[in-house]
Amino acid sequence: MLSNLGNILLFLNVILSLSIIYTANRNLKISGGVDKNIFQLSLIQSTSIIICFFVLIAAFIVSDFSLITVYQNSHSLKPLFYKIAGTWGNHEGSLLLWAIILSIFSFLFLVYNKNHPKKFRLLTLIIQNILILGFLFFILFNSNPFSKISPIPSEGLGLNPILQDPALAIHPPLLYVGFVGASIYFSAAIASLITNYSEKSFSLSIKNWVLISWCFQTLGILVGSIWAYYELGWGGFWFWDPVENASLLPWFAMTALFHSLIVFEKRNLFYFWVIILCLITFTLSVTGTFLVRSGILNSVHTFASDPTRGIYILIFLSLMIFGSIFLLFKKYKKENYDLNRNSKETFILVNNWFMMFYLITVLLGTIYPIFTDALTDNKISVGPPFYNAIIFPVVVVFLLFMALGPKAKWIKNKFENIRTYILILTGAIGLNLAIIFFFKSYSLLSNFIIISALFLIISSLMDIAKALKKNKLDFARIISHTSFGFLVLFIGLNDIFSLEKDYNIKLGETKKFENYSIQLQNLDLKNYKNYQAVIGKLEIKNINSNQTNILNPEIRIYDKPKTLTYEAAIKTSLIKDYYLTMSNIDRSDYYNIKFQKKPLMAWIWISVIMIVVGGSIRLFSNAKNN
Amino acid sequence: MQKIIKIIILFIFLFVIGIFYISLTRDTNYNTSSLINKETPEFKIISFDNSNFYTRDDIKKNNYTLINFWASWCAPCKIEHPILMKLSQKKNLMLLGINFKDKEPQAKTFLSELGNPYDLLAKDKNGKHSVKFGIYGIPESILINKELMIIQKFVGPLSVDDYNNIIKIIE
Repeated sequence: MLSNLGNILLFLNVILSLSIIYTANRNLKISGGVDKNIFQLSLIQSTSIIICFFVLIAAFIVSDFSLITVYQNSHSLKPLFYKIAGTWGNHEGSLLLWAIILSIFSFLFLVYNKNHPKKFRLLTLIIQNILILGFLFFILFNSNPFSKISPIPSEGLGLNPILQDPALAIHPPLLYVGFVGASIYFSAAIASLITNYSEKSFSLSIKNWVLISWCFQTLGILVGSIWAYYELGWGGFWFWDPVENASLLPWFAMTALFHSLIVFEKRNLFYFWVIILCLITFTLSVTGTFLVRSGILNSVHTFASDPTRGIYILIFLSLMIFGSIFLLFKKYKKENYDLNRNSKETFILVNNWFMMFYLITVLLGTIYPIFTDALTDNKISVGPPFYNAIIFPVVVVFLLFMALGPKAKWIKNKFENIRTYILILTGAIGLNLAIIFFFKSYSLLSNFIIISALFLIISSLMDIAKALKKNKLDFARIISHTSFGFLVLFIGLNDIFSLEKDYNIKLGETKKFENYSIQLQNLDLKNYKNYQAVIGKLEIKNINSNQTNILNPEIRIYDKPKTLTYEAAIKTSLIKDYYLTMSNIDRSDYYNIKFQKKPLMAWIWISVIMIVVGGSIRLFSNAKNN
Repeated sequence: MQKIIKIIILFIFLFVIGIFYISLTRDTNYNTSSLINKETPEFKIISFDNSNFYTRDDIKKNNYTLINFWASWCAPCKIEHPILMKLSQKKNLMLLGINFKDKEPQAKTFLSELGNPYDLLAKDKNGKHSVKFGIYGIPESILINKELMIIQKFVGPLSVDDYNNIIKIIE
């Protein structure tokens, strides 16, 4: 029953998309405003696709195993929360989420851009609906979440236990709002090219959408990292895994885009560059989806792969790319910039160069293994050493520019207070030396990174002081930039001061290292609804301060599907995290434990949140001004 | 000039998409079965007690050699151990054990408890030598003949079928 309802709603959506395209196209040819019917059709479209999604959620809640998707990804004994989250924790369901975001953004863009030319709005709507149609066909003919299975199985296969986690329940939706949201400015960019709508006001039509998608993308990446940190059990939060990279690529493009938009809005420069970034962002989103879902990359993310999916997404991607290139070539006019080398415009352009550099580095690292495999039959993998070696040295220069750029004036800038900068730099170096003196020394590159991060932080803080006096404070920018400085600083310090120890330990045994002792005091066996757990009780004692902490890492034995997972025990405080994982050693009384001290972890998360807070402040102030 | 740039851009995208297309039809799982029927790579690996090195010359001395990669921390290695013990009684098969990324005391305990099937025992502390043999998880075993040709590769613990298979080849 639910299957039929779902399918009917999907077909209804196809018809609605076609009618929107038809009506909008007819409306283009007549004068007057945008036809009221289009608003209504668009609203019905969003509503019906949401209902369609709820039908799927309902199927998961009632464990309707006649649907293959439910059968493969759920289980009747699973807690309700994870039954619901399971809806988008799989390929088919998440594509439906794609379609929802495409539709809602399409509707909202239409509603919120009444001041822009009718032709531009209608064309954006048409292009967006072509994208929607593309995804609907993909869902209907290749990845239908409402496909039936017969005979109906009595029980489902269950959701991979490491995905049964609150962070992972919200991670995909956040990320999707980010990179599927990028579709709307892809459509708008195409519409702008076709209708020659290249005035400054074009930037007003898209800038909030860029910010929204950027904020969500950042949060999505953050939640994913937090999940990796406490779930994957080895204490890292970023692995340069192809799937992580796929989420980072559009992020770089978005970041470059909203910085360029500032110049475009203010000085009417960089129109084509803005358009290219709009096109690149969504193209990268789809490319990422292709890489991840087609299974051509191996990754820690275990999406079931299916080559026919790959072919479909690849065709879709090719159409997008070659369509955009064709249009861009046809409309491209050489723009002559007469930029002063020392001006805000140039500094923002520098930001874009850095973003493009990061983007290309990560893109090459991600797809390089595919190329070597296809061309030379060599299987290689590109790992953290590549990214660390290329990205981190460049971050140093990037941070310095980030400190100087925002203060530069439009058109022509003059650095008056070079003395202040030298003072700030001296301060940063002094602080860095203090860290080395009181704690420990570290590599030359780490020194540079810490100094440049401190430079950015101090100069941003001085900006605040100065702006407060003049009562002219650009909160959004200062919060984001300062937080980014803190983020790099905390990541650097975290990396330098982390401590890691590995032991095989028996019940009752104590191990000592540096100024810590660690004792396995107790082991407990507990039964939960969908798993059994061996819970260790370990006491960590700081011998100097006599402070003790009890940590309880778990070994979980899940039943559906039968899997063993190791749950890290983490004691978070503002200064440091204690991180402990435990695993059993077959046929022995020993347990392998891995203890880590990770300083300032909480602050890494807080910095990212503050970066997003900065973005949201900009978003709200934009909304108020419009 | 602009035309050339346009053509280059188009070509790059066509190339990338072409590669993506080719990759779709390829098997992305890491597979080392291509090593079969190839010559054993040259190697020089230190013996477990640090007393000397083993090379391909040690393989040439015997009709057949089974190189077995194992570690004390690897549970499936314990499962296949009885089969190795049985194989160690075969005359024309030499067993070369390579202790993979292990700690010495634990490895010694492992062998003293379960028995030592190996004629030669070497160690690969950081796993670098094993890469040459296309090892990506242990246990793995490689059967090599006198001419240094790789005859068979066994990924995962040796089963009774593998045992019979090996006996058939060497006799």
